[in-house]
Amino acid sequence: MSQTTVDATSGDWEGRYDHIDQVLNTAGPRTDPGFLAGDGVKDFLRNQAKILVIGAGGLGCEILANLALTGFKDIHVIDMDTIDISNLNRQFLFRPKDVGKPKATCAAEFIMNRVPGVKVTPYFGKIQDKDEEYYMQFNLVICGLDSVEARRWMSATLVNMVDPENPESLKPLIDGGTEGFKGQARVILPSITSCYECSLDMLNKPTAFPICTIANTPRLPEHCIEWASVLEWPKVQGDKKLDTDDPEHIGWLYQVASARAKEFKIEGVTWSLTQGVVKNIIPAIASTNAIIAGMSACCNEAFKIATSSAAYLNNYFMLIGTEGVYSYTFEHEKRDDCPVCGGESLDLTISKDLTVEQIIELLVERQDIQIKKPSLATPTSQIYLQAPPQLEQATRPNLSKKVSELVAEDGEVTVTSTSLPFSLSLRIHYN
Amino acid sequence: MLKIWSMKKNEDVAAKKKPKTSAAQIRVQKDLTELDLPATMKTHFADPADLLNFTLTITPDEGMYKGGAFEFSFNITTNYPHEPPKVKCLQTIYHPNVDLSGNVCLNILREDWKPVLNLNSVMVGLQYLFLEPNADDPLNKEAAIEMSKNRDTFISNVKSSMRGNTIKGVQYNNVLAKS
Repeated sequence: MSQTTVDATSGDWEGRYDHIDQVLNTAGPRTDPGFLAGDGVKDFLRNQAKILVIGAGGLGCEILANLALTGFKDIHVIDMDTIDISNLNRQFLFRPKDVGKPKATCAAEFIMNRVPGVKVTPYFGKIQDKDEEYYMQFNLVICGLDSVEARRWMSATLVNMVDPENPESLKPLIDGGTEGFKGQARVILPSITSCYECSLDMLNKPTAFPICTIANTPRLPEHCIEWASVLEWPKVQGDKKLDTDDPEHIGWLYQVASARAKEFKIEGVTWSLTQGVVKNIIPAIASTNAIIAGMSACCNEAFKIATSSAAYLNNYFMLIGTEGVYSYTFEHEKRDDCPVCGGESLDLTISKDLTVEQIIELLVERQDIQIKKPSLATPTSQIYLQAPPQLEQATRPNLSKKVSELVAEDGEVTVTSTSLPFSLSLRIHYN
Repeated sequence: MLKIWSMKKNEDVAAKKKPKTSAAQIRVQKDLTELDLPATMKTHFADPADLLNFTLTITPDEGMYKGGAFEFSFNITTNYPHEPPKVKCLQTIYHPNVDLSGNVCLNILREDWKPVLNLNSVMVGLQYLFLEPNADDPLNKEAAIEMSKNRDTFISNVKSSMRGNTIKGVQYNNVLAKS
């Protein structure tokens, strides 16, 4: 067997990417017309593409490993959590010695040790800590998150970043998610295809029990745990905020819930169920994560988008593994009344002397928007609200003010009205 | 890298930069400015610049709670409308569906919340609790038992509690509307 030679600068050895190069060396029947086979695309994938992974949990660990092995070499990862012992059964980048350490840092170190030549830059913190300038540096963003709130934030941020003057501002977002044996992956081209907010009403609502059942007729261990967290905690602990990551808080809830369960002869209250109920944890399954993160979904899409080597997912893939294996792909449509990517937007050039009252008249009179009783606000303050009475009164003095006193050049104004499907956004310029 | 921008150019979409206003914020603005409340309900904003925290006063004009002014706090999170607003009664009141800590048993505040509902539906739902208290889903069990077993005593307890009296060892708040 011949000895392996490693290139000193790239860290690559001969034949390292033989398998992947099969796909990149020649165009196929389904490659994008813009695909340039050969060295150019390989250079982009391995030396230029910068990719951001959000979440270094069940999905994130798989995503990081797959990206590194397909040839992405500049990977960044954000995660705000530390490693819990219960993560080790499926988050394969972590070992028992890592318990308590930040996920992002440990995952990055593991990948860099294992896959030569890959640089993984971790950030231990929240996605909300970073601004547009930070997100602007990436070519692609992949989310492996467990929270609706974080997904909404990320999707809205990427939609808001799209600047018509700058093609680089459009960052494809690949979003994966799993719930037990079920999973989904989707490709979001911000402002072009449906965004996360467009599909918000497709979500299952979080499990909640009627508060009166919890208070009076508990039948399930979950009822006892909710009784402890929803009713007893505020009653006993007062204004102290319940921190679901604090083992002492979970311990208190577990004790209180157990006592309640005993009283009603209910079995099944355990520490992990307590944690599961208050943190809304859905059991995660390693194989589902692997399918969603892996070559059938998220990372495959990242590779196809980065290289244009094949048609990418359009745009929603779902996997149902609860009974057999079923998958379905469909195009989720953009919603006209989506508060993030839908709705009308309008550039408005006005005189510096125009008052708020006059701009309202102007909006009402415009034939193309036909708005009735508009309410106006900037992202940070209200300009004029038609209702409720107290807010109308509080904002009424603004009517006689000049718009230029309240809104900066190139500033944004959100207009809502019963006659609009959702809202209208204005971008104000002064002449 | 895939040339996505060319797709954007081909599409006939008004490619304007969107505002930084969050979806929750726009939705709250829309909900509040389109509130259609009867004269029996009034909102109050301690800080008119903060639309996410306010109180609602309900002054029922019929039923056994007529004459009272009931206050509820509304707290809306950034995850609205995926999550319902958090609503609590600010007074200690004698009501089968409100406990002594101010928790309210109203289905659309918890298990039946949907993003298509809005603040108006929640407020109308709260007012309904004063017109038709429901003894089948009790939070204040004693009040509920009284209501289903002895309606006259229940009504006199309601009246008495609203004046700030003590019933079965519990001191209730005086909630009589100031006229």
